[in-house]
This record gives sequence, C-alpha cells and structure tokens, in this order.
Amino acid sequence: MMLASLIIVPLAFALFIAVGPERSAARVSLVGMLATLGLSILAAFAFDWGFGGQFQFGMSVDWLPGLGLTLSLGVDSVALMLVLLTAVLGPVCVLASWTAITERVKTYYAWMMVLQAAMIGVFAARDLVFFYICFEFTLIPMFLLIALYGSTNRMRAATKFFLFTFTGSVVALAGLLYVAWHHAQTRGVWTFEIDALELAARTLPPHVQALILGALLLGFAVKVPLFPLHTWLPLAHTEAPTAGSVILAGVLLKLGTYAIYRFVLPFAPEAVIEYAYPLAVLCTIGIIYGGLVCWVQTDVKKLVAYSSVAHLGFCMLGMFALNHAGVTGSVLYMLNHGLSTGALFLLIGMMYERYHTRSMKEIGGLGARMPVWSTFLVFFVMASVGLPGLNGFVGEFLCLMGAFQASDAWGAGLWGTTPGDSTVGGTRGSLGPWVAAVAGTGMIIAAIYLLYMVGKVVFGTLREPPGHASHADHHAGDAHRAAGLPVDLTRREIGALAPIAALCVFLGVYPKPVLDAVQAPVERTVTTIAEARGKPKFRPPVELAPPAEHAAEGAHP
Amino acid sequence: MIDRIEFLWPEIALFVTTCVVMVLGLSRRIESRRMTALVTGLGLIIAGVLAARTTPIPGPRSGQVLLPELIPYAKVLIASVGSLLLLLQAGTVDRAEEAAIAAGQRPYDPLRTNRAEYYAFFLFSLTGLMLCASADDLIWLFLALELTSLPTYIMVAMSTGRARSREAGVKYFFLGALGAAVFLYGFALIYGGTGSTNLNAIHAHLAAHGLNLTALAGFILAFLGLCFKIAAVPMHFYAADVYQGAAPQVSAFLAFVPKAAGFISILLLTATIGWSYAADAQGPLYTPITQSAYDALEGAVSMGLPEPIRVFLWVIAALTMTVGNVLAILQKSVKRILAYSSIAHSGYMLVAVLAGPNNGTFSQSGLAAVLFYLLVYGVGNLGAFAVLACLEGRPDADGEPAEIEDVDDIRGLWKTRPLLAWVMTLSCLGLMGLPPLLGFFGKLPLFTSGLAAGEIVLVVILGLNSAVAAYYYLRLIKASLIDPPSDADLPATPTPFATRTLAGVLSAAGVVVLAFVGGGLMDRSERAARYTSMMAVAPPPPPRKTPYVPGDDTPFPLPIPIGAR
Repeated sequence: MMLASLIIVPLAFALFIAVGPERSAARVSLVGMLATLGLSILAAFAFDWGFGGQFQFGMSVDWLPGLGLTLSLGVDSVALMLVLLTAVLGPVCVLASWTAITERVKTYYAWMMVLQAAMIGVFAARDLVFFYICFEFTLIPMFLLIALYGSTNRMRAATKFFLFTFTGSVVALAGLLYVAWHHAQTRGVWTFEIDALELAARTLPPHVQALILGALLLGFAVKVPLFPLHTWLPLAHTEAPTAGSVILAGVLLKLGTYAIYRFVLPFAPEAVIEYAYPLAVLCTIGIIYGGLVCWVQTDVKKLVAYSSVAHLGFCMLGMFALNHAGVTGSVLYMLNHGLSTGALFLLIGMMYERYHTRSMKEIGGLGARMPVWSTFLVFFVMASVGLPGLNGFVGEFLCLMGAFQASDAWGAGLWGTTPGDSTVGGTRGSLGPWVAAVAGTGMIIAAIYLLYMVGKVVFGTLREPPGHASHADHHAGDAHRAAGLPVDLTRREIGALAPIAALCVFLGVYPKPVLDAVQAPVERTVTTIAEARGKPKFRPPVELAPPAEHAAEGAHP
Repeated sequence: MIDRIEFLWPEIALFVTTCVVMVLGLSRRIESRRMTALVTGLGLIIAGVLAARTTPIPGPRSGQVLLPELIPYAKVLIASVGSLLLLLQAGTVDRAEEAAIAAGQRPYDPLRTNRAEYYAFFLFSLTGLMLCASADDLIWLFLALELTSLPTYIMVAMSTGRARSREAGVKYFFLGALGAAVFLYGFALIYGGTGSTNLNAIHAHLAAHGLNLTALAGFILAFLGLCFKIAAVPMHFYAADVYQGAAPQVSAFLAFVPKAAGFISILLLTATIGWSYAADAQGPLYTPITQSAYDALEGAVSMGLPEPIRVFLWVIAALTMTVGNVLAILQKSVKRILAYSSIAHSGYMLVAVLAGPNNGTFSQSGLAAVLFYLLVYGVGNLGAFAVLACLEGRPDADGEPAEIEDVDDIRGLWKTRPLLAWVMTLSCLGLMGLPPLLGFFGKLPLFTSGLAAGEIVLVVILGLNSAVAAYYYLRLIKASLIDPPSDADLPATPTPFATRTLAGVLSAAGVVVLAFVGGGLMDRSERAARYTSMMAVAPPPPPRKTPYVPGDDTPFPLPIPIGAR
C-alpha cells in the first residue's frame, strides 16, 4: 500500500487541481508534492535497508487477467532511492514554477502531478507492462509541459522529443513482449512478472538475446540519451520551461538508465557482455563529443543540456563496465546527476526569469549583482564537475574505476586482479584498455567548459542585456521589481535550492550509507553477469520435454 | 432452416424497425417524424439485447461451426457501436427542409424529405453487418456484404447537399461494385475448387483433400475483394476521397460498418481455410496437418495459413499499415488524415488475422485480438469524427453549414470548446495506442499474437508504424489542445445537436474507462474467438497458476525453434 499511495496521492492531487480554482493551483500542487515527499520518506524509514537487494512493499492486484496483466509494485534499494530523488525534485519544481507560469496554470500543475505519479510508477513497477505503461505515460505530460510552456521553438522540440522516445519505446515493447512470449511458450503461462521473465530471458540463445538487447536499447538508450540518439535532448532542454528541464534532467533521463539497469542487464546478460565494448565506445564518444560541444556553446541552458549527454555517458560507461565498481558508480551517478544538473537548470531558470536571456554574450559578471545566486551556481558547478567532497566525485570516480578494472589487456594486472576472479572488482573485463583512459579526459573537458561558463557568467565585468545594462543599479532593480522579483534570489528560490545543496554535500562527504544500500542489488546484477560469463558459448542442445511436463513443474514447484 | 431463426432474431428486430422507421419518417406530423431516430435507437437496443441472449448451440444445422461463439459478440458489438453512431446522425438530413416547414414557408411534402430513407438505410446497413456475422454460406455472405454496402453508397450521396458528396457517393458505388465483383468471382472459384458454398463443408473438404489451386485462387481473389471493404491496399484508393466528401457523421459510419463487415468475413474465410498448414509445405496442393499428426510431433511444428495466402496477407498488411500512415502524414484535411489512419488500422488488424488462433488465449489468439480491436478502433475513431460532426461553420452558397476541413480549423478548441478538445485528444491518444488508454490494450494483443505466430518482422513493422502514426495524431492534438484559436471565421459554432457531443463524450469516456474495466470485454472476445477445426489446433494452455515462486529454479527448456518463419 505504501507504494500504491505514492502513485495515488499525486494523481488525486492532480484531480483536485483540475477541478479547483486557478489561483490555488500552485499551492495545492506544492502540498501534493510535499505529501508525496513525506510518504516517500516514510517509505524510506519503513524500508529494511539491510535487505536492500530484495523487493519490499510488494503488492499485486489483477488488472486485466486476460492479458496476464497485474498491478505489481515493489522496490529494492536502487528503485527506492530513485523514488526519493523524484519525490525531492517534485516540490522543487513547483517552487521553480511559482512565478514563471502565468497562463493555463491549472493545466500545468495538474500535469506536473500526473508526471510525478507516472515517474514513481516506473521505479516501483514489478510488472513489465505496468512499467511500460508508466514509462510511456511520462511522454504526454512532458510533451504538454514543453509544448505549452516552453520558449519560442517549443512545438518542434516537444514533437521531436515525443517522436524519438515513442518510436524507440515501441520497438522496446516488441522486445519485452518477445520475452513474455518466450516465457509463455516454455512455461505455459502468460505473465508479465519481471522476476519470472528475467529467468526466462536468460535461457534465450545468444543470438536472440542480441536481438532483445538491440530492441531494448533502441527504446531505452533514446531516453538516456546515448550517442548518437541524443539529438532530441538539447532541443527539448533548451525549449522546456525550467521545471520541465529539471524533471527531464533529474528524473526522465534516469528512466532510461534505470530501465537499462533493470531490464537490459538481467534480460540479455550474454549479449551485453558480447556488445559491451562497442557500447562503451559509444558512451566514450558521447562523453568527449558532448563535452566538446558544450565548450563552444554560448547559450547557458544548451551548455548544461549537452553536459547531460556527456554525464550520462559516464553513467552508462560504468554500467557497461559490468563490474561491481562500475555498476555501483552508475547507480550513484543517476542520483548525483539528478541533483546537480537539476539544480543547474533551476539556477539558469532563475537567471532567465530576471534577464530573459540565456546567452553568455549578453550577460556576465553577475557575481556582483547576484551574490547568492552566484554562490549556488559555483557550488553546483563544482558538484557537477566532480570536485572531491561533493556528490559528483564519488559516482564519476567509481564509474571510471569500473571501466579501468574492466579493461582486458592491462587492467587486470594493473588493478591487482586476475582474469576470471569473481571477487569484487575482479570480473574479467570486456572493454579495451583505452576506453577508460579516453573517457577520463572527459572529466577534464567537463571542468573546462563548466568553469569557462562560470568565469563568463559570474566573474569578470558586469554585463547585462540592453534592457538592464548601462543603467544605474536602481534602474535594473526597478525592472526586476516590475516582474515581481528582486535582484537576487528570493527566500522561495533559496528554499528550492538549499535542500539539493545539502544533499550534494551529504552524498559527497559521507556516501557510505548509499554505497552500502546499493551493495546488495548491484551484487545481484553483477552475479547475473558473472554467471552469464561462465556459460559456454554454445550450449549443448537440451532435449525438449513434452509441454504437459512443464505445466506440472510449474504447478507444483 | 427454421432453426436458424433462433440466431436471426436481432436481424429480424432490426428489419421490423426499418419498416416502422420508413413509415414513421414520412408522417405528416412533426412529432412522429421526430420519433424516427428514437425508434431506430430502440430497435438497435432490442437487437443488442436479443443478440446478447443468443446461446450458440453448435450443430450441423445451426450455422457455421468454426467460430461458434462469434455471433453474440459480433452482434452486441455492432448494436452498441451502432447506437453510438446513431447519436451522431442527428440532423444529418432534412435540416433546411424542416426549418422551412417550421417557418411555414412551404407545406410538408414527403417527396422532398429524406429522413425516412436515411434512417432506413442506416438500419439496413447494420442489418447486413449482423447478417455477415450469421453467415455460414458464401452466397449468404455475399448478400450480407452487399446489404451492408449498398445503403452506404446512398448515405454518402445524401449526407450533405454538396456536389462533393454526390461525387463521393458515385465514386464509392463504382469502386464498391468492382470490389464486389472481385470477391464474388473469388467465391465462385472457391465453389469450383471445393464443390460447396457452405463454409463448414468447404472446411471439411479442405481438411480431407487439401487446398487446390482453384480454391487457392478463389480465396486470394475473395481477400482482394474484401480489401475494398476494409480499405486495405491495393483497394484503398476511394477511402480518402469518400470520407472527405461525406458528412463527418457518415464518414464515421463508413469507417466502422463496412470495415467490420470486411473483417468478420475475412475471419470466417480464414477460419474456413484454417491455420494448420506447415510453414514449409510446398504447393500446388496444400494439405493441412491433422490433429493426430500434430500431437505426435508434440507441438514442435510451426503452422499457419497456406504459404501463398500467408504471403499475400503479409504483404497486404505491411503495405496497408505503411501506406496508410505515410500518406496520413502528408494530409492537411482532418477527414483525410482520419481516413488514412483508418487504412493503417486495417493493416494492424490483418497482422492478427495472419497470426490465427494459436492456443486460443486472449494474449495469443489473433482472432480475439481482431474482435477486440474492432471495438477499440470503433470507439476511438468515432470520437475523432464526432468532434468534426460537432463543429460547423457558416452556411456556404448552397445553404449548407461549412465543415471542418483543415487541421487549422480545429485550432484553439481548448479555448472555444474545451470538451471537444479533450474528446479529440483522448480519441487520438487512444488510436495512437498510448498507454494506459484503451488503444494500447487493443494493440498489445496484436503484438503478442503476432509474436506467438512467429511473425516477428511483421510485428516490428507494426511497432514502427505505430510510431509513425504518432506524428499525425500529435498534429491533431496540438491543433486542438495547444495552438491558440485561429482568426479565421470558419470554426467555432457548435452544432445544435447535443447528441453528437454526447456520442463524442461517450466514446472518449470509453477510451479511458474501458482500459481499466475492460477485462470482461477481453474475456468475451476470447470466448467469441473460440475456434473449432477439423484440422490441427494448438492445445489450450493449462489453467492459470502462480507463474513464479522465489526459489523455484526448475530449468527452462530451450524454446521451440521458430522454423522457417
């Protein structure tokens, strides 16, 4: 019931907002988001972190039994942490939209609540089709948020976003249904229970697994986005309203990485091992290419958007390292990226609300004008760059360490492990030696472009766009007051940023609780991979047993 | 023959209603004339109730035995979608005439009004559709198909006063005659090849002697002709022009009724052929696998329609989906977009026809998928057309209220008519197949039944096409829900007929609500798709049980090879 309430409460608030008056929409939405956050914190306390690898709060209700469809919910520690991330970003997004949204307010906040419910549903689903339903249903709210409240080019951005992700996920659906059909064929039962399908999928022959991998990746890698499927992301980010960008960067991209973690690795382990190398190369290209593109941006928001491409490259690289360090780093990276990049989008949104520009050519030296804002910006840039002591560092370091350990050629000797050793970090790698080395330079590029941006925007001589610039201070202040905003951040805005900053420091200084919590589920995934690695390439053909016999086995396990 | 009556009560009820309506619509008293639609609806409801109470008793003299439980499901579906369609028809004919009579400009003249004919044709067509479901004989099937189609030609022509409608009616008639000639020729060849026109007898013949070349040619021609009814490539050319020429409420009728007739006929014919031919069988004589041979192989054989028919339907399905969706993207007129989208939906359903019954469960039976999708499509499509029927512009030179034409004409509905904007949005999302709406649950069995039959390439084509379709549905959603209202004076005035809005709202509500409570309908369509054959059929699965128990590590056997497919 815990998880069901996490989905029902936002939906109920969406309904309240839809039937309530326009004026109170933002406030009702804030209450709803806080209620969801409260519930998720309660869930975190009720969760037995000692058994983080097991799915807890399980519940299952038949939905459409003809299709074998159930409403099954359950979270392990990874899923719960992502639910918490979603719940934390919820109120932040409402606060960020407080003054920015002035038209069709009800529609905005109602869809925001629906989006929140769908995102939590994705992380909490234990039924494949229910997962897919939530995964797809995030599209409509996001489409509307971009198309209705975005900037000038919003319709193109929204359509591109929708079509890219929809196309990908339809193919992914075909792959997932193939696994379900395979289960039905071998077990005689049509079900979408993820656990059952996981076991069934692993019995698929490698070439079929490769097809499943391809189908699933086509769907999920678009969402991540993995190079070369990333082209929708910068556009969508740039055009989306601030809160839209925050949700997009903070949670929606994580749906892709989470789906890869949850489905691709366990469903097609042999194929993943087979193709880890080319995939890691794609990640590395994404890291370097994304970073270089960031370097030449003048639009701050676009810069942060492309930085997401690079950052998610790290996240996926860790995942495809397929060892303990890498996968742990990847999971951590999901949380960290959600916090720090989300916060960067918030900050840029606050700047845009004041100056109505995002171009680094028009603004600069804001440190003098907005000291509080500048402090936060520098702080989150540092977190994003991966400064030790802040959250970004831990995940990034672990991802790269995983990639190094997975290097076939000299990684093994260098990192003190022997090939085939199944101890932590000792899984035989499948990546080339240079992958991690090249990816590592991505960190330097990240530092360059982000600090470059800080240098231009925060330091140096004060430059403001024509409406603000070349006038005395009080004049600019007047302009801000006209928009209902002071020069520097309001208490509401600080209230949105401060919790994220606190979490960043906490995760950076003392990541041990989180690392411990994800230990068990990551171990499970890595073991799956290790088992698949141990399998002979060509299994001897197993004789077909008559169908009646499987049925009997299934009925009396 | 007399025991057949038991199945025909719904048709008889509709026919009696038709007679009453024909007289009532010509009455001198305006009150009586106004009753026409009401009586029509009453007749439909009675027919639906009678159909629901039909208990099929399979036997040699009680109709076709291949799909014995098809009749009640199909007829209830026809009666319910027909009632929704009826709500849309209010005010289609005689508006100007009735206004003139009410204003006292001229006296009532039965020759000048069309109300009686219009509702009678409406009912005749639905009667024909129900008769299709009752058919057990090729001649019966042909007559039923013609009874479905002939009234629609006239309905198209009289739906508006414009020359465009008459042109559409004539075009529809000639091409329809061509289609009918093709499938009649096919039926004749089937008779020539098997020596019978009775579906059960044909099936028995095929099971005993195999499918010879004459019958094969007959079936292929029959499917080709039926492609006209379902608006599938290569017989789809009329669809866009006819849908555009007719009034939107008639287009909604055309998008469902002939299509349902076509699919019911295709299901009957494919059930007659059977999905029991080995994938690697070679011609010229295709012999189905017998149940005993199938059991001896322990199911380790992939079966399907005879290879030429499979390839034929495969190509038609793939082309229909792709052509429909690609051309829909290029359209500017809303009605043409919906026409091409309806072509694409026919292609989706053909995938499931190809898949066949498999083991007969809802998730694997293509027949159940088609029957369920007919409902899903009927409800979703009706909503979109209802929005068009609910909007009209200023009367043009002919005195006819202008219609919604371009996508631009529905811009800004969220501001002017928020209810209709939502109806449009939900219908489009439903047709797109976006979860958690009804369209998704309609499309899911199409995917799974296709996979279960091993048609993986076709399923991928189906998936990609669903994605392509998203583009033009998004255009409609964008226009109605996002864009600001346009400055042009055309759109905006609501029609004076509230029932049209009601039909739209009901179908939009259906798209949402049925997704959550549609389990019963799925069970019904699964039952309706129960397939009894003299050929090999996959055994039904064991009863439901707990699929997975933690710790249960019984090894999975390797999958059965997919075979040549």
